[in-house]
Amino acid sequence: MLLAAFTHYPAVATFWHSLFTTPRGNRPARFIGADHYRDLLADPIFWTALQNNLVFAACTILPSIALAMVMALWVNSRIAGRSLLRLAYFTPTVLPMIAVANIWLFFYTPDYGLFDQLRGLFGLPAVNWLGSGDTALGAVIVVTVWKEAGFFMIFYLAALQQIPPELGEAAELEGASRWQRFWRVSFPLLMPTTLFVLINATINAFRLVDHLFVMTRGGPDNATSLLLYYIYEVGFKFWDQGYAAALTMVLLALLATVALLKFFWLERKVHYQ
Amino acid sequence: MSEPAQLTRAHVRPIASPAPSSVLAHGYIDRMLNTAGAWTLGLLWLAPLLYAVWTAFHPSAYSTHLDLFAPLTLENFRAAWAAAPFPRYFLNTSILVATILAGQLVLGTLAAYAFARFTFPGRDLAFALVLIQLMIMPDVLVVENYRSIHALGLVDTIPAMALPYMASAFGIFLLRQTFKTIPRELEEAARIEGCGTLGILWRVYVPLAKPTYLAYALVSVSHHWNNFLWPLIVTNTVKTRPLTVGLAVFAGTDQGIDWAIITAATLLASGPLLIAFLLFQRQFVQSFLRAGIR
Repeated sequence: MLLAAFTHYPAVATFWHSLFTTPRGNRPARFIGADHYRDLLADPIFWTALQNNLVFAACTILPSIALAMVMALWVNSRIAGRSLLRLAYFTPTVLPMIAVANIWLFFYTPDYGLFDQLRGLFGLPAVNWLGSGDTALGAVIVVTVWKEAGFFMIFYLAALQQIPPELGEAAELEGASRWQRFWRVSFPLLMPTTLFVLINATINAFRLVDHLFVMTRGGPDNATSLLLYYIYEVGFKFWDQGYAAALTMVLLALLATVALLKFFWLERKVHYQ
Repeated sequence: MSEPAQLTRAHVRPIASPAPSSVLAHGYIDRMLNTAGAWTLGLLWLAPLLYAVWTAFHPSAYSTHLDLFAPLTLENFRAAWAAAPFPRYFLNTSILVATILAGQLVLGTLAAYAFARFTFPGRDLAFALVLIQLMIMPDVLVVENYRSIHALGLVDTIPAMALPYMASAFGIFLLRQTFKTIPRELEEAARIEGCGTLGILWRVYVPLAKPTYLAYALVSVSHHWNNFLWPLIVTNTVKTRPLTVGLAVFAGTDQGIDWAIITAATLLASGPLLIAFLLFQRQFVQSFLRAGIR
């Protein structure tokens, strides 16, 4: 009897999930036809948000991964104050995005903010970092990289510790330089981690919008609007839930692409084991 | 793993004899540079936090210029605490985090047990459906989730904030992996002793999976403590707002921006988690790691 309850339970659990993952899909299509999608194609803000999001993705994923790798290499080597460094790198991970956005907002404040004060030391003029369309997205990207790199670092660190030191020693005996040793020995061995981190970073690039609420509210003139933020605006500020659902579909399509890539990767990983 | 090892062995060349002193000097400079680089980055990474601490503990006149002899004060914290209903926010966040964790643990344990140890028609399909959530997180589906919560009449309640996260694919997956490593013999022994199915789960599986539970709990708590978008959408009163949303509202409405008070509030909101992290660093890092490598 209990067994039966257990066999049925997951069906319910899955249904519970499906409540949250599937049904929003065909909703606009069912009730209003493809109108929302037609609007979407003609909506300049959507295209701005999509373009911003792609730039945001490209500019957060690669630097945060590269930084994470460098951090891990440093923290894995015998360096003075290693555990303190590890702490420094990882701390942003446990802070709420909304809270750190407040602090960064202050850094970016024109005239009084830390950046402008530093610029002032060199006699450079003040910049309205978040208020100008040219710099706002970059400013938001910096915060995201800062927040994420330490988190990815621990995966690299764990992976580096798995690499037998003999490999590096062997390469050293052959006269390989540090750079060669990293590039030819560590880097290829870190590849599975890189793929894993890459996928996480990609998902985050479409999911992390908390700081926008504090820092820019998608502005100026939608220069920092990302897809999920735009979905929020349409759905909960303009209360156009149907259109927001159509926008969600675009986001889902993007994520599904990532998901497919991941499943292919998992398949390969299984073969290796 | 074995490929590069074989490669290097196959390519062993006679060792060129290097000039030892120059190599040593080179190594020294190399290490100095690396240490300097690592610490510069480390300071950069800590700077926002250090700065927040500095601002929060000094009168607001010192927010914009650093003066080592500026007087210390707790006034900012008092002002922030008084200016917004932070005690209530703390309570809301605590209830929220506890509710989510409890739900996740119960549902996750039952589902993981079923997926790990029972065969039933459509199990693999069901599991694949669960895994989809790893990619497409509830955060992305705010529009439809809001519709569901609205239909349930739960808008602006704590359950509304918790429900979408209760059935966590991640928790199910993690626990399933752990349960699968537990030898079946233990289960059989317990059965002979007269344990029922639930008894076995409770007496054999749950105790053996304790490290996984701990890791998962830490990740879940820190994730939901910091979560913002969904709570922002489903809450609109002080009675339900969690800390993150409360902080955003506080920092957003305060037009005559007093940075000292805002950073004090910011530190208040992130404080408990930060302190927990500083105390249990190792467990945190290990948990994130264990939880991340699926």
